[in-house]
Amino acid sequence: MATRAEPLIDICSIVTDPIDLGSLAEKVRSDTSGAVALFAGVVRDHHKGVRVNRLEYEAYAPMAEREMRRIVLDLRERWNLEGVAIVHRIGRLEVGETSVAIAISASHRKEALDACAVAIDRVKSDVPVWKKEHGDSGVDWVIGDDSPRARASFGLPVSNRSSRRPPEA
Amino acid sequence: MFVTIKFFASYREMLGEDQILLELDDGYTVGDILDILKDRYPVLKDQGYMPLTACNLKHVSKRHAVEDGDEVAIFPPVSGG
Repeated sequence: MATRAEPLIDICSIVTDPIDLGSLAEKVRSDTSGAVALFAGVVRDHHKGVRVNRLEYEAYAPMAEREMRRIVLDLRERWNLEGVAIVHRIGRLEVGETSVAIAISASHRKEALDACAVAIDRVKSDVPVWKKEHGDSGVDWVIGDDSPRARASFGLPVSNRSSRRPPEA
Repeated sequence: MFVTIKFFASYREMLGEDQILLELDDGYTVGDILDILKDRYPVLKDQGYMPLTACNLKHVSKRHAVEDGDEVAIFPPVSGG
């Protein structure tokens, strides 16, 4: 791998082109990184037992990127991280394509792994992105779990719906 | 005052609009705007989930007071990932 002299910058983006996981992992790595944790959310071919042919994602892009930056600030307050990248793709995605990717580097693996796990949970609860399923049962928006974190930040009671809904990436 | 209202995902499709401009007197909250929209677009009622709201790119509660030039967004619970 090439040495990296330039300072790392955080990446928070909504994109339409396919996500290149290898290049994302390399962008957050520096020569002081001992670990890069990489999470990829991938379009799968079923949901609740019904065949899914593809997904269509929509975002409120400027707010989504702002929420991603807020998540990165929170992660950095909690862990000593090096580079952080959060990228969500929108538009039409086929089964097997990467919809969301998170890459986090740190000196040691535990920080990178722990931060990565929290990052994807936060993305799924806070970032304004929606998906529409095209499957054998028709075409329908997937409704999230009332965004418990957003509800909590509004001072609203946090619903229990999330516990009835298995997490999906 | 004028406030831009943006709709996303299922709301955008139900309403057939992605944004509208509302003229309001001062002192309106995001919750008041939701009430106005439910009158104008009855399809917004009884969706089985509550709309989330944002103002100027931040999640806000229904009690948030809007100001002239604000951009308010109405959207279903998020489902990215």
